[in-house]
Amino acid sequence: MCLAIPAIIKSIDGMEAEAEIGGIRRHISIQLTPEARVGDYVLVHTGYSISIVEQKDAEETLEMLREMASLAEESG
Amino acid sequence: MKYISEFRSRDLAMGIIANIKRLSDKSARLMEFCGGHTVTIFKHGIRQALPDTLEMVSGPGCPVCVTSNTDIDKAIALSKIPGVIITTFGDMIRVPGSNMSLQEAKADGSDVRTVYSTVDAINIAKENKERSVVFLGIGFETTAPTIAASIVQAEQQGLNNYFVLALNKLSPPAIRAILDSGDVRLHGLICPGHVSTIIGSAPWGAIARDYHIPCVISGFEPVDILQCISMLVEQIEKGEARVEIAYSRGVRQEGNPAALNIMEKVFQPAAAKWRGIGEIDASGLKLNKNYQKFDAELAFDITIEDSRENPGCICGEILRGTRIPLDCSLFGSSCTPEHPVGPCMVSSEGSCSAFYFYGGSHD
Repeated sequence: MCLAIPAIIKSIDGMEAEAEIGGIRRHISIQLTPEARVGDYVLVHTGYSISIVEQKDAEETLEMLREMASLAEESG
Repeated sequence: MKYISEFRSRDLAMGIIANIKRLSDKSARLMEFCGGHTVTIFKHGIRQALPDTLEMVSGPGCPVCVTSNTDIDKAIALSKIPGVIITTFGDMIRVPGSNMSLQEAKADGSDVRTVYSTVDAINIAKENKERSVVFLGIGFETTAPTIAASIVQAEQQGLNNYFVLALNKLSPPAIRAILDSGDVRLHGLICPGHVSTIIGSAPWGAIARDYHIPCVISGFEPVDILQCISMLVEQIEKGEARVEIAYSRGVRQEGNPAALNIMEKVFQPAAAKWRGIGEIDASGLKLNKNYQKFDAELAFDITIEDSRENPGCICGEILRGTRIPLDCSLFGSSCTPEHPVGPCMVSSEGSCSAFYFYGGSHD
């Protein structure tokens, strides 16, 4: 039930925003992430944005995992 | 979809599995607290992909599953009060209480409506000013701020027909209760990602310290879970016990301050009853004195008879990690997703449902 899905914010009106989730647009509340801006990816849980996705962190994680995976293959 | 498909990469997953196999030497039992993690682990065959040194057990992190029969009976009693509309997340309506489920109450004439968000519940209250709208406040720390937000909104808009049956639960006290009981020996915890988005990493750091157990916060895609397991194994092999975040795109150390503020504004910690575990101090949330007029338990006269459990159902033991669904005599025969006896079969995140759909086995 703690599911949250990444969505990109397309427009903001006060504490309400329109966000796109996998091609589908829906209204969400950004009350819990008031600092969210148009173009941010946010995690949406039951109609509320609960976090702004750290895009840099996501890239760094993927880079680190690719490195881990290639090292494991070399030694395996 | 961005931030999902990359974390489902087969190549990446295979590489991390190879890394786990290379690192893992000591036998270890890992528990995933969260029902969302249980689903990912089963759906992607992660249990089978791990080396024999690692055993996985599922924990109590399914909000529908841990809701006690007493609380379900209260929701059903509320639904029978004339003029009341019950609003709830979907899974709850099929959970059998002592005598019936909300779905059966609805068939008997109660007005029970499934909503996706508390925003929908507020809208129903606005459209039905002459009725009383009660939202069933289940869920962990991920969901509690959204319920708090709806209560603040009701106050600001002068909505006096919106109420919440406050059944929210807190995750760290439940993990502590399981570790305190000593029923299952655990060597690492896969900590819930979106709960930690709200509460941050400190509560898990305290558990790592107090119980000398590695705690790693995980996201929900298969690569996230495998990364988390790899980090746990690394700590286990080194004899370390600290909190780490394997989901840095979704979790910050400090959590979400705006969400924590609104929770604190509306709620206060209270003892809560967990199915299978019993009552745990300060493991639930009740409305504090400033918001008591929105508390359904105070606003309505709810009377229930003594609640009872189905005698054959072992959901409680499954939630504690002491038994698995295959140990249950009802599993797959009289208890199926179409006709569930216990909540662990009702909820898509329940262990019984995961075993039923994805074919769990004895480790």
